Amino acid sequence: MKRLHDFLKSRWGIVSAGLLIGILASTLQKLGNPKNMGICVACFERDIAGSLGLHRASTVQYIRPEIIGFVFGALIAALLFREYRARAGSAPIIRFMLGFFAMVGALAFLGCPWRALLRLAGGDGNAIVGLLGLICGVGIGVLFIRSGYNLGRSRDAHPAVGAMLPLLMLGLLLLLIIKPILPSGVPFFSAEGPGSQRANYLAALGIAVVIGFVAQRTRFCTMGAIRDVILMRDFHLGSGVVALLVGAFIMNLVYGQFHWGFAGQPVAHTNQLLNFGGMLLAGLAFALAGGCPGRQLFLSGEGDGDAAVFVLGMIVGAAFAHNFTTAGTPYPNNPPAWGWGTGAVLVGLVFCLALGFLMRRSVEG
Amino acid sequence: MRESFYHSEEVNALDILDCRGLSCPLPVMHTRKKLEKLAAGESLEVIVDTGTSRDNVSRLAKKEGCEVTVRETEEGNYILTITRKA
Repeated sequence: MKRLHDFLKSRWGIVSAGLLIGILASTLQKLGNPKNMGICVACFERDIAGSLGLHRASTVQYIRPEIIGFVFGALIAALLFREYRARAGSAPIIRFMLGFFAMVGALAFLGCPWRALLRLAGGDGNAIVGLLGLICGVGIGVLFIRSGYNLGRSRDAHPAVGAMLPLLMLGLLLLLIIKPILPSGVPFFSAEGPGSQRANYLAALGIAVVIGFVAQRTRFCTMGAIRDVILMRDFHLGSGVVALLVGAFIMNLVYGQFHWGFAGQPVAHTNQLLNFGGMLLAGLAFALAGGCPGRQLFLSGEGDGDAAVFVLGMIVGAAFAHNFTTAGTPYPNNPPAWGWGTGAVLVGLVFCLALGFLMRRSVEG
Repeated sequence: MRESFYHSEEVNALDILDCRGLSCPLPVMHTRKKLEKLAAGESLEVIVDTGTSRDNVSRLAKKEGCEVTVRETEEGNYILTITRKA
């Protein structure tokens, strides 16, 4: 156990984790998940929101077992290595709103940081623009962190607080397995579009548990990777992120899933203003909240109630993004340069910038 | 010393850094700040409450050329004793 712990926290541990996640994400695409999406946290939380009827975009509704598996995998790892600890109380409503706007930004681009890497690994050139936006957003967040921004301390909490998100995931898993038919039609399962493209749910769940386990042990975080390079010239997490890109790229070549280009990429658009701006907002929100969407799920699994609130904010944000048509529309229906999506991203940026300027040491009472 | 909700430095004695409840990267940032003033042979104690902070602070200290020992308390916190090599 100790040898596994020592290996996973080493440089080779994080590189192995990145490679594994990249390989498994690409493999999930081969097994039926949407192309260049594999294990996109934002997309899959959006699908869950749709399945529960929080939005009615019929092509993106499914209870994605990957999200459930990430939380379960992290929970198992945290319990095995005695790191499970119920904690909360660090500005939860702010974290909810950061999750909300992170999702608004991610869906304007059409993907979380993991998907940005997977899109690039699949040959989608638009992902480069998104990644540049992400780096800039995290960079702005680093400036705020350097100048004293933070959300305050969390505190130990009742075990029920830490158990809430894993229990919620258990409920979703039961819905997925039982598939009850309710008069309202929920849970919805897409018959066409990305929501209908699914790997076998047991395979997806198993793979996600493995990823959740490894990511919890290695503290894998795409936002943290960029932040640590900018803030401390620390490339530990960054080496894992590069490994993810390499792993997915190689497997995409093996599976024949690599197709370079900008137009006509799977579930993507070529409105570069939204690609950049969406990920700028997402990156800033992730930096201000202290973790990428995947990391927030893993933290939730180890008992972090604040991270769980961020996750719920993302799910509600996904519902908003589709109900208010702020989410990017895939090619060939490119979103307009100045539409609801751009407006929502601008509002989100104003919100995050205001937080960055206001939630500093000087505001303590 | 007045207790601060937002930052750890003000709750600490000179050689103890209380980073409990702080999410990353704050424990690492505060430790790095303290390490800048740590002379050869001197020690610093950092208290954290998550495995992530324990590993991140340990990695930073080792990278900065310090020795690190970790002790787990009954409450499940970690006390890291960081000593600048002479």
